Amino acid sequence: MLASIFSLNVLKTALELGCIYALVALALFLSYSILNIADLSTDGCFTLGCAVCCQVALTGHPLLALFAAMAAGVCSGFITAFLQTRLGVESIMAGIIVNTGLYTINLAVMGFSSNISLVKTDTVFSLAKEALSFMGGWHILLLAALVILAAGGAMLWFLGTRLGLSIRATGDNAAMVRASSIDPAYTITVGLCISGSLTALSGGLLAQYQKSCDINVGTGMVTIALASLIIGETILGKRSMPRRVLGVVFGSCLYRFIVAVALRFNVPAAAMKLVSALIVAVAISMPAIRKRIAFEKRKQEARLRHAETYGTSGKEGA
Amino acid sequence: MLKLHNIRKTFNPGTVNEKIALDGVNLELKAGDFATIVGSNGAGKSTLFNAITGAFIADEGSIILGGEDITFKPEFQRSRVIGHLFQDPLKGTAPNMTIEENLALAYLRAGRAQRATFSRISRKDKEFFRERLALLDMGLEDRMKQPVGLLSGGQRQALTLLMATLVTPRLLLLDEHTAALDPATAEKVLALTSRIVAEQKITCLMVTHNMHQALELGNRTLMMDGGRIVFDVEGEERSRMTVDDLLEKFRQNAGQQLDNDRILLSKTEK
Repeated sequence: MLASIFSLNVLKTALELGCIYALVALALFLSYSILNIADLSTDGCFTLGCAVCCQVALTGHPLLALFAAMAAGVCSGFITAFLQTRLGVESIMAGIIVNTGLYTINLAVMGFSSNISLVKTDTVFSLAKEALSFMGGWHILLLAALVILAAGGAMLWFLGTRLGLSIRATGDNAAMVRASSIDPAYTITVGLCISGSLTALSGGLLAQYQKSCDINVGTGMVTIALASLIIGETILGKRSMPRRVLGVVFGSCLYRFIVAVALRFNVPAAAMKLVSALIVAVAISMPAIRKRIAFEKRKQEARLRHAETYGTSGKEGA
Repeated sequence: MLKLHNIRKTFNPGTVNEKIALDGVNLELKAGDFATIVGSNGAGKSTLFNAITGAFIADEGSIILGGEDITFKPEFQRSRVIGHLFQDPLKGTAPNMTIEENLALAYLRAGRAQRATFSRISRKDKEFFRERLALLDMGLEDRMKQPVGLLSGGQRQALTLLMATLVTPRLLLLDEHTAALDPATAEKVLALTSRIVAEQKITCLMVTHNMHQALELGNRTLMMDGGRIVFDVEGEERSRMTVDDLLEKFRQNAGQQLDNDRILLSKTEK
Protein backbone atom coordinates (compact mmCIF):
# COMPACT_ATOMS: atom_id res chain seq x y z
CA MET A 1 0.00 0.00 0.00
CA LEU A 2 2.60 2.52 1.12
CA ALA A 3 4.95 1.52 -1.66
CA SER A 4 2.32 2.25 -4.25
CA ILE A 5 1.62 5.67 -2.72
CA PHE A 6 5.23 6.78 -2.54
CA SER A 7 6.35 5.16 -5.75
CA LEU A 8 9.05 6.73 -7.88
CA ASN A 9 6.51 7.54 -10.53
CA VAL A 10 4.37 9.56 -8.16
CA LEU A 11 7.43 11.44 -7.03
CA LYS A 12 8.53 12.10 -10.60
CA THR A 13 5.14 13.40 -11.65
CA ALA A 14 4.95 15.58 -8.55
CA LEU A 15 8.36 17.06 -9.33
CA GLU A 16 7.46 17.68 -12.96
CA LEU A 17 4.24 19.47 -12.10
CA GLY A 18 5.93 21.15 -9.14
CA CYS A 19 8.58 22.68 -11.41
CA ILE A 20 5.99 23.83 -13.95
CA TYR A 21 3.64 25.34 -11.35
CA ALA A 22 6.57 26.83 -9.44
CA LEU A 23 6.68 29.51 -12.14
CA VAL A 24 3.29 30.82 -10.98
CA ALA A 25 4.48 30.69 -7.38
CA LEU A 26 7.57 32.64 -8.46
CA ALA A 27 5.27 35.19 -10.13
CA LEU A 28 3.31 35.57 -6.90
CA PHE A 29 6.55 35.76 -4.96
CA LEU A 30 7.34 38.90 -6.94
CA SER A 31 3.87 40.49 -6.86
CA TYR A 32 2.67 39.34 -3.43
CA SER A 33 5.79 38.91 -1.27
CA ILE A 34 8.05 41.52 -2.83
CA LEU A 35 5.67 44.17 -4.19
CA ASN A 36 3.02 43.53 -1.53
CA ILE A 37 0.24 43.52 -4.14
CA ALA A 38 -2.48 40.86 -4.17
CA ASP A 39 -2.70 40.33 -7.94
CA LEU A 40 -5.90 38.41 -8.60
CA SER A 41 -5.48 38.35 -12.37
CA THR A 42 -3.33 35.22 -11.96
CA ASP A 43 -6.11 32.76 -12.87
CA GLY A 44 -6.99 34.47 -16.13
CA CYS A 45 -3.36 35.13 -16.97
CA PHE A 46 -2.51 31.45 -16.53
CA THR A 47 -5.30 30.41 -18.90
CA LEU A 48 -4.19 33.13 -21.33
CA GLY A 49 -0.69 31.64 -21.42
CA CYS A 50 -2.21 28.22 -21.90
CA ALA A 51 -4.47 29.32 -24.77
CA VAL A 52 -1.89 31.44 -26.60
CA CYS A 53 0.67 28.66 -26.29
CA CYS A 54 -1.72 26.11 -27.79
CA GLN A 55 -2.63 28.27 -30.76
CA VAL A 56 0.98 29.17 -31.58
CA ALA A 57 2.13 25.58 -31.09
CA LEU A 58 -0.57 24.41 -33.50
CA THR A 59 0.27 26.94 -36.18
CA GLY A 60 3.92 27.74 -35.46
CA HIS A 61 6.56 26.13 -33.28
CA PRO A 62 6.17 24.90 -29.66
CA LEU A 63 9.22 26.85 -28.51
CA LEU A 64 7.98 30.04 -30.14
CA ALA A 65 4.66 29.31 -28.41
CA LEU A 66 6.30 29.65 -24.99
CA PHE A 67 7.65 33.09 -25.85
CA ALA A 68 4.28 34.10 -27.28
CA ALA A 69 2.64 33.02 -24.03
CA MET A 70 5.12 35.14 -22.05
CA ALA A 71 4.44 38.15 -24.27
CA ALA A 72 0.71 37.73 -23.68
CA GLY A 73 1.38 37.55 -19.94
CA VAL A 74 3.34 40.80 -20.10
CA CYS A 75 0.34 42.49 -21.74
CA SER A 76 -1.99 41.19 -19.05
CA GLY A 77 0.37 42.37 -16.29
CA PHE A 78 0.73 45.74 -17.96
CA ILE A 79 -3.02 46.32 -18.04
CA THR A 80 -3.39 45.32 -14.38
CA ALA A 81 -0.56 47.71 -13.48
CA PHE A 82 -1.92 50.50 -15.67
CA LEU A 83 -5.31 50.31 -13.93
CA GLN A 84 -3.78 50.65 -10.47
CA THR A 85 -0.92 53.06 -11.09
CA ARG A 86 -2.47 55.48 -13.59
CA LEU A 87 -6.22 55.15 -13.19
CA GLY A 88 -6.46 54.86 -9.41
CA VAL A 89 -8.13 51.42 -9.30
CA GLU A 90 -7.53 49.48 -6.06
CA SER A 91 -4.94 46.78 -6.73
CA ILE A 92 -7.32 43.95 -5.81
CA MET A 93 -10.07 45.42 -8.00
CA ALA A 94 -7.62 45.86 -10.89
CA GLY A 95 -6.79 42.15 -10.72
CA ILE A 96 -10.44 41.11 -10.56
CA ILE A 97 -11.37 43.35 -13.49
CA VAL A 98 -8.55 42.03 -15.67
CA ASN A 99 -9.36 38.46 -14.64
CA THR A 100 -12.98 38.88 -15.69
CA GLY A 101 -12.05 40.50 -18.99
CA LEU A 102 -9.50 37.81 -19.73
CA TYR A 103 -12.20 35.11 -19.71
CA THR A 104 -13.61 36.49 -22.96
CA ILE A 105 -10.14 37.15 -24.38
CA ASN A 106 -9.14 33.59 -23.59
CA LEU A 107 -12.23 32.17 -25.26
CA ALA A 108 -11.50 34.33 -28.30
CA VAL A 109 -7.89 33.12 -28.41
CA MET A 110 -9.19 29.55 -28.29
CA GLY A 111 -11.50 30.28 -31.21
CA PHE A 112 -14.61 30.35 -29.01
CA SER A 113 -14.26 26.73 -28.05
CA SER A 114 -13.67 25.72 -24.47
CA ASN A 115 -11.12 23.07 -25.38
CA ILE A 116 -8.02 22.76 -27.58
CA SER A 117 -6.05 19.58 -28.05
CA LEU A 118 -2.35 19.41 -28.82
CA VAL A 119 -2.28 15.64 -29.24
CA LYS A 120 -1.35 15.78 -32.90
CA THR A 121 1.26 18.50 -32.58
CA ASP A 122 4.84 18.62 -31.43
CA THR A 123 5.43 20.03 -27.96
CA VAL A 124 8.68 21.10 -26.34
CA PHE A 125 8.43 17.90 -24.33
CA SER A 126 8.02 15.66 -27.39
CA LEU A 127 10.96 17.48 -29.01
CA ALA A 128 12.97 16.96 -25.83
CA LYS A 129 12.07 13.27 -25.87
CA GLU A 130 13.65 12.89 -29.30
CA ALA A 131 16.73 14.94 -28.44
CA LEU A 132 17.18 13.40 -24.99
CA SER A 133 16.19 9.81 -25.72
CA PHE A 134 19.00 8.57 -23.45
CA MET A 135 17.20 10.13 -20.47
CA GLY A 136 14.50 7.49 -20.51
CA GLY A 137 11.33 8.98 -19.07
CA TRP A 138 13.16 11.79 -17.29
CA HIS A 139 13.35 14.29 -20.13
CA ILE A 140 10.19 16.10 -18.96
CA LEU A 141 11.55 16.66 -15.49
CA LEU A 142 14.90 17.78 -16.88
CA LEU A 143 13.28 20.33 -19.16
CA ALA A 144 10.90 21.64 -16.49
CA ALA A 145 13.73 21.83 -13.96
CA LEU A 146 15.91 23.74 -16.44
CA VAL A 147 13.14 26.27 -17.04
CA ILE A 148 12.50 26.92 -13.36
CA LEU A 149 16.24 27.02 -12.68
CA ALA A 150 16.68 29.65 -15.38
CA ALA A 151 13.66 31.62 -14.16
CA GLY A 152 14.75 31.45 -10.50
CA GLY A 153 18.33 32.40 -11.37
CA ALA A 154 17.19 35.30 -13.52
CA MET A 155 14.88 36.46 -10.72
CA LEU A 156 17.72 36.40 -8.18
CA TRP A 157 20.01 38.28 -10.53
CA PHE A 158 17.31 40.81 -11.32
CA LEU A 159 16.47 41.51 -7.67
CA GLY A 160 20.08 42.60 -7.13
CA THR A 161 20.04 45.18 -9.91
CA ARG A 162 19.11 48.82 -9.49
CA LEU A 163 15.65 48.18 -10.90
CA GLY A 164 15.19 45.03 -8.81
CA LEU A 165 16.21 46.78 -5.60
CA SER A 166 13.84 49.63 -6.46
CA ILE A 167 10.99 47.15 -6.89
CA ARG A 168 11.80 45.59 -3.52
CA ALA A 169 11.86 49.01 -1.84
CA THR A 170 8.51 49.87 -3.46
CA GLY A 171 6.87 46.97 -1.67
CA ASP A 172 8.79 47.46 1.55
CA ASN A 173 8.47 51.13 2.43
CA ALA A 174 6.10 53.36 0.49
CA ALA A 175 7.12 56.46 2.48
CA MET A 176 10.77 55.92 1.57
CA VAL A 177 9.97 55.43 -2.09
CA ARG A 178 8.07 58.71 -2.28
CA ALA A 179 11.11 60.59 -0.99
CA SER A 180 13.67 58.78 -3.12
CA SER A 181 14.22 58.76 -6.82
CA ILE A 182 12.00 55.75 -7.46
CA ASP A 183 8.88 56.13 -9.57
CA PRO A 184 6.49 53.62 -7.95
CA ALA A 185 4.23 53.58 -11.01
CA TYR A 186 7.18 52.38 -13.07
CA THR A 187 8.44 49.78 -10.61
CA ILE A 188 4.94 48.34 -10.05
CA THR A 189 4.40 48.15 -13.82
CA VAL A 190 7.69 46.35 -14.41
CA GLY A 191 7.03 44.01 -11.48
CA LEU A 192 3.55 43.03 -12.64
CA CYS A 193 4.70 42.57 -16.25
CA ILE A 194 7.41 40.14 -15.12
CA SER A 195 4.97 38.40 -12.83
CA GLY A 196 2.44 38.11 -15.68
CA SER A 197 5.01 36.67 -18.04
CA LEU A 198 6.00 33.99 -15.52
CA THR A 199 2.36 33.06 -14.88
CA ALA A 200 1.63 32.78 -18.60
CA LEU A 201 4.83 30.80 -19.19
CA SER A 202 3.67 28.36 -16.57
CA GLY A 203 0.30 28.09 -18.30
CA GLY A 204 2.03 27.56 -21.63
CA LEU A 205 4.27 24.81 -20.29
CA LEU A 206 1.30 23.08 -18.68
CA ALA A 207 -0.61 23.20 -21.98
CA GLN A 208 2.26 21.42 -23.71
CA TYR A 209 2.71 19.05 -20.78
CA GLN A 210 -0.89 17.84 -20.75
CA LYS A 211 -1.31 18.41 -24.49
CA SER A 212 -4.51 20.36 -24.06
CA CYS A 213 -5.97 23.62 -22.95
CA ASP A 214 -9.25 24.08 -21.12
CA ILE A 215 -10.93 27.42 -20.49
CA ASN A 216 -11.12 26.59 -16.78
CA VAL A 217 -7.53 25.41 -16.38
CA GLY A 218 -6.57 28.52 -14.42
CA THR A 219 -9.40 28.45 -11.90
CA GLY A 220 -8.03 28.58 -8.37
CA MET A 221 -4.46 28.99 -9.61
CA VAL A 222 -3.84 32.00 -7.36
CA THR A 223 -4.77 29.94 -4.29
CA ILE A 224 -2.58 27.02 -5.34
CA ALA A 225 0.38 29.29 -6.04
CA LEU A 226 -0.10 31.05 -2.71
CA ALA A 227 -0.16 27.68 -0.99
CA SER A 228 3.17 26.76 -2.59
CA LEU A 229 4.65 30.14 -1.72
CA ILE A 230 3.61 29.94 1.90
CA ILE A 231 4.58 26.30 2.36
CA GLY A 232 8.04 27.26 1.05
CA GLU A 233 8.34 30.29 3.30
CA THR A 234 7.15 28.36 6.34
CA ILE A 235 9.65 25.56 5.83
CA LEU A 236 12.72 27.37 4.48
CA GLY A 237 12.20 30.76 6.10
CA LYS A 238 12.67 34.28 4.73
CA ARG A 239 16.29 34.82 5.64
CA SER A 240 17.98 35.39 2.31
CA MET A 241 16.77 35.89 -1.25
CA PRO A 242 18.26 32.64 -2.67
CA ARG A 243 16.65 30.77 0.19
CA ARG A 244 13.28 32.36 -0.47
CA VAL A 245 13.38 31.60 -4.20
CA LEU A 246 14.43 28.03 -3.44
CA GLY A 247 11.57 27.85 -0.96
CA VAL A 248 9.10 28.79 -3.70
CA VAL A 249 10.23 25.89 -5.89
CA PHE A 250 10.40 23.52 -2.95
CA GLY A 251 6.94 24.55 -1.74
CA SER A 252 5.46 24.03 -5.19
CA CYS A 253 6.94 20.51 -5.48
CA LEU A 254 5.81 19.63 -1.97
CA TYR A 255 2.30 20.85 -2.72
CA ARG A 256 2.13 18.69 -5.85
CA PHE A 257 3.35 15.75 -3.79
CA ILE A 258 0.61 16.31 -1.21
CA VAL A 259 -1.93 16.46 -4.03
CA ALA A 260 -0.56 13.26 -5.58
CA VAL A 261 -0.79 11.45 -2.27
CA ALA A 262 -4.31 12.74 -1.70
CA LEU A 263 -5.34 11.44 -5.13
CA ARG A 264 -3.83 8.08 -4.28
CA PHE A 265 -6.05 7.96 -1.24
CA ASN A 266 -8.98 8.17 -3.65
CA VAL A 267 -9.81 11.78 -2.92
CA PRO A 268 -11.85 12.68 -6.02
CA ALA A 269 -10.12 15.10 -8.40
CA ALA A 270 -13.05 17.48 -8.09
CA ALA A 271 -12.30 17.87 -4.37
CA MET A 272 -8.77 19.10 -4.99
CA LYS A 273 -9.73 22.78 -5.05
CA LEU A 274 -11.21 22.42 -1.58
CA VAL A 275 -8.08 20.62 -0.43
CA SER A 276 -5.87 23.42 -1.74
CA ALA A 277 -8.10 26.05 -0.13
CA LEU A 278 -7.73 24.21 3.18
CA ILE A 279 -3.96 23.96 2.79
CA VAL A 280 -3.70 27.70 2.10
CA ALA A 281 -5.97 28.62 4.98
CA VAL A 282 -4.00 26.43 7.39
CA ALA A 283 -0.61 27.57 6.09
CA ILE A 284 -1.46 31.28 6.27
CA SER A 285 -3.04 31.06 9.72
CA MET A 286 -0.18 28.93 11.10
CA PRO A 287 1.87 31.83 12.58
CA ALA A 288 -1.23 33.27 14.29
CA ILE A 289 -2.20 29.86 15.69
CA ARG A 290 1.34 29.27 16.92
CA LYS A 291 1.38 32.67 18.61
CA ARG A 292 -1.98 31.99 20.25
CA ILE A 293 -0.79 28.63 21.60
CA ALA A 294 2.40 30.18 22.98
CA PHE A 295 0.37 32.98 24.59
CA GLU A 296 -2.08 30.58 26.24
CA LYS A 297 0.83 28.50 27.52
CA ARG A 298 2.55 31.51 29.06
CA LYS A 299 -0.72 32.63 30.60
CA GLN A 300 -1.25 29.18 32.10
CA GLU A 301 2.25 29.23 33.59
CA ALA A 302 1.69 32.71 35.00
CA ARG A 303 -1.57 31.48 36.52
CA LEU A 304 0.23 28.62 38.24
CA ARG A 305 2.88 30.97 39.66
CA HIS A 306 0.13 33.32 40.73
CA ALA A 307 -1.64 30.47 42.54
CA GLU A 308 1.58 29.48 44.31
CA THR A 309 2.23 33.03 45.49
CA TYR A 310 -1.24 34.20 46.41
CA GLY A 311 -3.06 30.93 46.99
CA THR A 312 -5.80 31.72 44.48
CA SER A 313 -6.06 30.80 40.85
CA GLY A 314 -6.73 34.41 39.87
CA LYS A 315 -9.89 33.30 38.12
CA GLU A 316 -12.16 34.75 40.78
CA GLY A 317 -11.17 38.30 39.90
CA ALA A 318 -10.40 41.14 42.29
CA MET B 1 23.24 76.55 -5.72
CA LEU B 2 19.56 76.88 -4.81
CA LYS B 3 17.46 79.81 -5.96
CA LEU B 4 13.85 80.15 -4.89
CA HIS B 5 11.92 83.00 -6.41
CA ASN B 6 8.53 84.06 -5.12
CA ILE B 7 7.30 80.56 -4.23
CA ARG B 8 3.58 80.54 -3.40
CA LYS B 9 1.32 77.71 -2.38
CA THR B 10 -2.27 77.77 -1.17
CA PHE B 11 -3.87 74.59 0.10
CA ASN B 12 -7.61 73.97 -0.43
CA PRO B 13 -8.12 77.21 -2.38
CA GLY B 14 -11.67 78.53 -2.46
CA THR B 15 -12.84 76.48 0.51
CA VAL B 16 -13.27 77.31 4.21
CA ASN B 17 -10.05 75.39 4.82
CA GLU B 18 -8.06 77.66 2.53
CA LYS B 19 -4.55 78.05 3.88
CA ILE B 20 -1.79 80.13 2.40
CA ALA B 21 1.16 77.90 3.25
CA LEU B 22 3.86 79.69 1.29
CA ASP B 23 3.43 83.40 0.70
CA GLY B 24 6.17 84.41 -1.69
CA VAL B 25 9.35 82.76 -0.45
CA ASN B 26 12.61 84.13 -1.84
CA LEU B 27 15.84 82.41 -0.94
CA GLU B 28 19.27 82.03 -2.43
CA LEU B 29 21.75 79.52 -1.06
CA LYS B 30 25.37 79.60 -2.15
CA ALA B 31 27.17 76.31 -2.78
CA GLY B 32 28.23 74.90 0.58
CA ASP B 33 25.79 77.01 2.57
CA PHE B 34 24.38 75.26 5.64
CA ALA B 35 21.32 77.17 6.81
CA THR B 36 19.16 76.33 9.80
CA ILE B 37 15.46 77.22 9.76
CA VAL B 38 13.36 78.05 12.81
CA GLY B 39 9.70 78.96 13.01
CA SER B 40 6.57 78.07 14.91
CA ASN B 41 4.25 75.25 13.88
CA GLY B 42 2.51 76.02 10.61
CA ALA B 43 5.08 78.62 9.60
CA GLY B 44 5.65 76.74 6.35
CA LYS B 45 8.99 75.05 6.99
CA SER B 46 8.02 71.56 5.92
CA THR B 47 5.85 72.93 3.12
CA LEU B 48 8.89 74.77 1.82
CA PHE B 49 10.82 71.50 1.80
CA ASN B 50 7.98 69.75 0.01
CA ALA B 51 7.93 72.50 -2.61
CA ILE B 52 11.65 72.00 -3.18
CA THR B 53 11.44 68.19 -3.40
CA GLY B 54 8.41 68.31 -5.67
CA ALA B 55 5.83 66.66 -3.41
CA PHE B 56 3.59 69.28 -5.00
CA ILE B 57 4.09 71.87 -7.74
CA ALA B 58 4.14 75.45 -6.44
CA ASP B 59 1.27 77.68 -7.56
CA GLU B 60 3.70 80.42 -8.48
CA GLY B 61 7.42 81.05 -8.58
CA SER B 62 10.50 79.22 -9.79
CA ILE B 63 13.00 76.82 -8.26
CA ILE B 64 16.50 76.64 -9.68
CA LEU B 65 18.91 74.04 -8.35
CA GLY B 66 22.51 73.94 -9.52
CA GLY B 67 21.65 76.14 -12.50
CA GLU B 68 18.80 73.86 -13.60
CA ASP B 69 15.18 74.95 -13.49
CA ILE B 70 13.38 72.16 -11.62
CA THR B 71 10.07 73.97 -11.02
CA PHE B 72 8.02 71.41 -12.95
CA LYS B 73 10.20 68.32 -12.61
CA PRO B 74 8.49 65.31 -11.00
CA GLU B 75 9.48 64.37 -7.47
CA PHE B 76 11.36 61.17 -8.29
CA GLN B 77 13.59 62.98 -10.76
CA ARG B 78 14.45 65.76 -8.33
CA SER B 79 15.27 63.36 -5.53
CA ARG B 80 18.15 61.95 -7.53
CA VAL B 81 20.08 65.06 -6.50
CA ILE B 82 18.20 66.07 -3.34
CA GLY B 83 18.58 64.20 -0.05
CA HIS B 84 15.60 64.45 2.30
CA LEU B 85 15.53 63.29 5.92
CA PHE B 86 12.37 63.30 8.02
CA GLN B 87 11.66 63.35 11.72
CA ASP B 88 10.42 59.75 11.56
CA PRO B 89 13.52 57.52 11.36
CA LEU B 90 11.42 54.72 9.81
CA LYS B 91 10.67 56.76 6.70
CA GLY B 92 14.08 56.66 5.07
CA THR B 93 15.00 52.97 4.90
CA ALA B 94 13.42 49.69 3.74
CA PRO B 95 13.10 47.48 6.85
CA ASN B 96 13.06 44.08 5.15
CA MET B 97 16.09 44.79 3.02
CA THR B 98 19.59 44.41 4.44
CA ILE B 99 21.85 47.34 5.29
CA GLU B 100 23.91 46.50 2.25
CA GLU B 101 20.88 46.40 -0.05
CA ASN B 102 19.63 49.73 1.27
CA LEU B 103 23.00 51.32 0.61
CA ALA B 104 23.18 49.66 -2.81
CA LEU B 105 19.82 51.14 -3.70
CA ALA B 106 20.88 54.62 -2.57
CA TYR B 107 24.18 54.31 -4.38
CA LEU B 108 22.83 52.98 -7.67
CA ARG B 109 19.88 55.34 -7.92
CA ALA B 110 21.83 58.49 -7.11
CA GLY B 111 24.42 57.79 -9.78
CA ARG B 112 23.95 59.61 -13.05
CA ALA B 113 23.44 58.22 -16.52
CA GLN B 114 26.39 55.81 -16.38
CA ARG B 115 24.51 53.72 -13.84
CA ALA B 116 22.13 51.76 -16.03
CA THR B 117 18.87 50.14 -15.01
CA PHE B 118 20.45 46.71 -14.62
CA SER B 119 23.64 47.80 -12.89
CA ARG B 120 24.62 45.90 -9.76
CA ILE B 121 27.00 46.66 -6.95
CA SER B 122 30.51 45.26 -7.17
CA ARG B 123 32.81 43.97 -4.47
CA LYS B 124 34.59 47.32 -4.62
CA ASP B 125 31.31 49.10 -3.93
CA LYS B 126 30.72 46.84 -0.92
CA GLU B 127 34.15 47.73 0.43
CA PHE B 128 33.24 51.39 -0.02
CA PHE B 129 29.97 50.86 1.90
CA ARG B 130 31.87 49.18 4.70
CA GLU B 131 34.27 52.12 4.98
CA ARG B 132 31.44 54.61 5.08
CA LEU B 133 29.50 52.58 7.64
CA ALA B 134 32.59 52.43 9.84
CA LEU B 135 32.51 56.24 9.96
CA LEU B 136 29.20 56.05 11.83
CA ASP B 137 31.00 54.28 14.66
CA MET B 138 27.94 52.13 15.40
CA GLY B 139 29.35 48.75 14.46
CA LEU B 140 27.02 48.59 11.44
CA GLU B 141 29.90 47.65 9.13
CA ASP B 142 29.82 44.17 10.66
CA ARG B 143 26.05 43.82 10.25
CA MET B 144 25.72 44.55 6.54
CA LYS B 145 23.77 41.36 5.85
CA GLN B 146 21.16 42.10 8.52
CA PRO B 147 17.77 43.60 7.71
CA VAL B 148 17.47 47.27 8.59
CA GLY B 149 14.32 46.56 10.61
CA LEU B 150 16.54 45.20 13.40
CA LEU B 151 18.30 48.56 13.92
CA SER B 152 17.33 51.16 16.52
CA GLY B 153 15.77 54.46 15.49
CA GLY B 154 19.06 56.30 15.89
CA GLN B 155 20.93 53.74 13.84
CA ARG B 156 18.30 53.89 11.14
CA GLN B 157 18.46 57.69 11.01
CA ALA B 158 22.26 57.57 10.80
CA LEU B 159 21.97 55.04 8.00
CA THR B 160 19.41 57.24 6.21
CA LEU B 161 21.84 60.16 6.47
CA LEU B 162 24.60 58.00 5.03
CA MET B 163 22.34 56.86 2.19
CA ALA B 164 21.34 60.43 1.37
CA THR B 165 24.98 61.52 1.18
CA LEU B 166 26.61 58.37 -0.24
CA VAL B 167 26.68 60.13 -3.58
CA THR B 168 27.04 63.82 -2.69
CA PRO B 169 23.64 65.45 -3.32
CA ARG B 170 23.26 68.98 -4.67
CA LEU B 171 21.05 69.77 -1.72
CA LEU B 172 20.36 68.09 1.61
CA LEU B 173 17.07 68.81 3.41
CA LEU B 174 16.90 67.89 7.08
CA ASP B 175 13.41 68.18 8.55
CA GLU B 176 13.96 67.93 12.32
CA HIS B 177 15.76 64.69 11.66
CA THR B 178 16.93 64.28 15.27
CA ALA B 179 13.71 65.33 17.03
CA ALA B 180 12.40 61.78 17.50
CA LEU B 181 15.66 60.43 18.94
CA ASP B 182 16.77 60.31 22.57
CA PRO B 183 19.12 63.17 23.56
CA ALA B 184 22.36 61.17 23.44
CA THR B 185 21.56 59.61 20.08
CA ALA B 186 20.32 62.94 18.71
CA GLU B 187 23.65 64.48 19.71
CA LYS B 188 25.52 61.75 17.89
CA VAL B 189 23.47 61.96 14.70
CA LEU B 190 23.82 65.74 14.76
CA ALA B 191 27.61 65.57 15.12
CA LEU B 192 27.63 63.11 12.25
CA THR B 193 25.51 65.46 10.17
CA SER B 194 27.86 68.39 10.78
CA ARG B 195 30.87 66.29 9.87
CA ILE B 196 29.45 64.79 6.67
CA VAL B 197 28.05 68.13 5.49
CA ALA B 198 31.39 69.87 6.15
CA GLU B 199 33.54 67.12 4.62
CA GLN B 200 31.51 66.86 1.42
CA LYS B 201 30.72 70.61 1.34
CA ILE B 202 27.02 69.85 0.94
CA THR B 203 24.53 72.68 0.52
CA CYS B 204 22.08 72.06 3.31
CA LEU B 205 18.84 73.30 4.86
CA MET B 206 17.89 72.10 8.33
CA VAL B 207 14.67 72.68 10.24
CA THR B 208 15.06 72.70 14.01
CA HIS B 209 13.12 73.76 17.06
CA ASN B 210 16.23 74.03 19.14
CA MET B 211 17.46 77.63 19.25
CA HIS B 212 20.98 76.60 20.27
CA GLN B 213 21.25 74.33 17.26
CA ALA B 214 19.82 77.05 15.05
CA LEU B 215 22.71 79.35 15.94
CA GLU B 216 25.52 76.86 16.43
CA LEU B 217 25.15 74.67 13.38
CA GLY B 218 25.92 75.85 9.88
CA ASN B 219 26.70 79.36 8.69
CA ARG B 220 23.27 80.91 8.31
CA THR B 221 19.97 81.07 10.19
CA LEU B 222 16.55 81.66 8.66
CA MET B 223 13.30 82.35 10.46
CA MET B 224 9.94 81.60 8.91
CA ASP B 225 6.49 82.85 9.81
CA GLY B 226 3.19 82.85 7.96
CA GLY B 227 4.71 81.24 4.88
CA ARG B 228 7.48 83.80 4.50
CA ILE B 229 11.12 84.06 5.48
CA VAL B 230 11.03 86.90 7.98
CA PHE B 231 14.61 86.92 9.17
CA ASP B 232 17.89 85.88 7.56
CA VAL B 233 21.20 86.22 9.35
CA GLU B 234 24.76 85.09 8.64
CA GLY B 235 28.40 85.97 9.23
CA GLU B 236 29.50 88.39 11.95
CA GLU B 237 25.99 89.36 12.98
CA ARG B 238 25.03 85.72 13.46
CA SER B 239 28.07 84.78 15.49
CA ARG B 240 27.27 87.59 17.93
CA MET B 241 23.67 86.47 18.35
CA THR B 242 22.47 84.76 21.51
CA VAL B 243 19.44 82.55 21.95
CA ASP B 244 17.70 85.48 23.66
CA ASP B 245 18.39 87.72 20.68
CA LEU B 246 16.92 85.12 18.38
CA LEU B 247 13.81 84.75 20.54
CA GLU B 248 13.46 88.53 20.58
CA LYS B 249 13.63 88.56 16.78
CA PHE B 250 11.01 85.89 16.80
CA ARG B 251 8.66 88.09 18.79
CA GLN B 252 9.29 91.15 16.65
CA ASN B 253 8.90 89.42 13.34
CA ALA B 254 6.10 87.12 14.22
CA GLY B 255 4.33 89.93 16.03
CA GLN B 256 2.73 87.44 18.34
CA GLN B 257 3.32 85.44 21.48
CA LEU B 258 5.46 82.36 21.11
CA ASP B 259 3.00 79.54 20.85
CA ASN B 260 5.46 76.75 20.75
CA ASP B 261 6.47 75.00 23.95
CA ARG B 262 9.38 73.29 22.32
CA ILE B 263 10.90 76.61 21.32
CA LEU B 264 10.40 78.06 24.78
CA LEU B 265 11.87 74.98 26.42
CA SER B 266 14.83 74.95 24.09
CA LYS B 267 15.73 78.35 25.50
CA THR B 268 16.91 76.71 28.67
CA GLU B 269 18.12 73.33 27.45
CA LYS B 270 21.59 73.09 26.11
